Amino acid sequence: MRSFKVGTSTCGVSAGADKVLERLLSLAAESDGAPVAVSETGCIGMCYREPLVEVVDGPERVLYAEMTPEAAERLYRGATRDELEAHVLIEGESGDRDGFLLEQHRIALVNCGHIDPADLDDYLAQDGYAGYRKAVTAMTPEEVVAEIELSGLRGRGGGGFPTGLKWKLSRASAADTKYIVCNADEGDPGAFMDRSLLEGDPHGVLEGMAIAGYAIGACEGHIYIRAEYPRAIRRLEAAIEQATARGLLGRGVFGGEIDFEVHIKQGAGAFVCGEETALIASMEGRRGMPRFRPPYPAERGLFDKPTNINNVETFANVPWIVRNGGAAFAALGTPKSKGTKVFALAGKVVRGGLVEVPMGMTINRLVLGIGGGVREGGRFKAVQLGGPSGGCIPASLGDTPIDYDQLTATGAIMGSGGLVVMDDSTCMVDVARYFLSFTQSESCGKCTFCRIGTKRMLEILEAICAGGGREGDIERLETLGRQISAASLCGLGQTAPNPVLTTIRYFRDEYEAHIRDKRCPAHVCPSLVSYSISEAACTGCGACIKVCPVDAITGRRKELHVLDAEACIRCGRCYTTCQFDAIIKD
Amino acid sequence: MKQMEHVSAPDPPALPAFGRALWRYRGQRGALIPLLQSAQETYGYIPKQAIYEIAGVTGIPPAEVYGVVTFYAQFRLEPQGRYVIRLCTGTACHVNGAPMLEETIEEVLGLKRGETDGERLFTLESVACIGCCSLSPVIMVNDETFGKLDARKLRRLLKRFKKAARQEERG
Repeated sequence: MRSFKVGTSTCGVSAGADKVLERLLSLAAESDGAPVAVSETGCIGMCYREPLVEVVDGPERVLYAEMTPEAAERLYRGATRDELEAHVLIEGESGDRDGFLLEQHRIALVNCGHIDPADLDDYLAQDGYAGYRKAVTAMTPEEVVAEIELSGLRGRGGGGFPTGLKWKLSRASAADTKYIVCNADEGDPGAFMDRSLLEGDPHGVLEGMAIAGYAIGACEGHIYIRAEYPRAIRRLEAAIEQATARGLLGRGVFGGEIDFEVHIKQGAGAFVCGEETALIASMEGRRGMPRFRPPYPAERGLFDKPTNINNVETFANVPWIVRNGGAAFAALGTPKSKGTKVFALAGKVVRGGLVEVPMGMTINRLVLGIGGGVREGGRFKAVQLGGPSGGCIPASLGDTPIDYDQLTATGAIMGSGGLVVMDDSTCMVDVARYFLSFTQSESCGKCTFCRIGTKRMLEILEAICAGGGREGDIERLETLGRQISAASLCGLGQTAPNPVLTTIRYFRDEYEAHIRDKRCPAHVCPSLVSYSISEAACTGCGACIKVCPVDAITGRRKELHVLDAEACIRCGRCYTTCQFDAIIKD
Repeated sequence: MKQMEHVSAPDPPALPAFGRALWRYRGQRGALIPLLQSAQETYGYIPKQAIYEIAGVTGIPPAEVYGVVTFYAQFRLEPQGRYVIRLCTGTACHVNGAPMLEETIEEVLGLKRGETDGERLFTLESVACIGCCSLSPVIMVNDETFGKLDARKLRRLLKRFKKAARQEERG
């Protein structure tokens, strides 16, 4: 039987996968010939070639990229692979044509893009819930904790705290009730691996939570998930229902004495809730503000009960570790960072998407190799790692291996794994201003340095970008940054200055160009850019004249137009309107 | 206690979902945010009335409920336009031109972030990241996502929605 699998994660749907799926489903419904199966799957990570459709016909498997409803219909009606040669991305067991998957090693993402996330049997066929069964039926909780400790798994949400140790502490807390919480409040702009995991393999995360529940002695789990992820929420709800109906979750799992129920809690949009104690406050229905630690959540967490909080990707690694043993996981990676890590590659990179690579791979290998380098011939300038808590690592440090401690040494952090590639058209001062404006508006306001300090830093950065930078601004930013890091209670404040401090460290010359020469080398900051019209390229079409809000451009039709630099307010509308590249930015 | 009277005579009329959520409330811990979410799902925003109703049922002071509403980005105190535009301001979108999209939206619709136009046709919101970084820069209009935009494509798109909104308003 032929079967069609359409990748319908949020990224696929945004690229039009839902229309492809709809067409295939309606064709299958009206067909009276040989049965054809049409199903959905998650994201294989090749977001840059969405929508993807995999066609399985007996022993033949072909993955087609950039599909349209029309192309899918041709395939359905029997077009051969040769006729759709341009769309072919992967054939059989050989690697993909772009070499995107070649160096990847998939543990957390292993099922994403392969199984139907809505079908529990698909997951079971991939050894699904075998890890949980093994834990519950053949291991003591202490043995499970020891296995996780042996694996060297560290928190994938950003902090990098050893997961085994966290479990051990939660296990050691004596209480009648304990909780497992899955932190799915993925708020870092530029990171989407948790969403893809939940959409593509919800059972994998649920199984990880259930194993954690057995290990620490909790019979209740909560998933705190962003409300902005409706598709992931729907898939999780369906997965919980199916697993409960089969006795894999809920009361008396595997027909035994162990209970584990899972509930979904929707977040309401606050970046600070990624922090453990703020997340707990939010789950209890209060404003999501962090509190002083200790006591740590492992002793006193949700509703004052011991609570073990791990991130989505951390849980997704757990079933594999229990099935294959901690030593197998620890065999991958570097001495202090074991296993693999998922990265969301984005920005000015040719092949954007999700990749999972062994720890220790260099940034260059990841960006230039797997990612295919910089888009549209730009020059690789830096990567931003770790979102608003992270920093910019310059291309000159591209040989830095991906490892918690080596990345921290550069001033950036591993973070949740958002990796945004920047080229010479990116202004580093503007990037710093962008992140500061994000953290400043997300600061909960509890700590003075974070609340007021980030505001002051943002004002200085805005002034620099607007051409009002003064001597001493760089030093003021550095001092404020150090003070905010030292005097904030939670991770948000402690790391908020990182994007500014790392860009000053590696791109000080750009700051100086803005402050001293009133020049933005990347031509990004509007106030520091001037516009003129190229005599050679201008066709006199008049489009720029129409959009100029201050009538600074004059000229007759089909004659060279003239831009009055004095009157120009540098809004850039002429630049985005001109179809002939006749407006020059300088 | 005077405010409690509203509970028995709700206005605007309590629509099914929110009413049911209030009815089902039995003192569960941590129910405030789900109740607010249900109110917003029903009304499209959090009317003042809903704050008092929730306060009355849960025993949480209205000021504290209001504090929670204003803390979280998801909750709105004003009704929105027919089309809600969510401008993605994630990192990838930012470096690939989100500021230019924002200017274009202001140019065509006259809206800044957080604003709704007088006819309630459009609301402009920003969102930190919708996770479609490989399609950046991206906007969402209601539930539909539009990626790989530039100023020209966006102008065309907005004009199309403007026309549709006007027509729907008339018809």
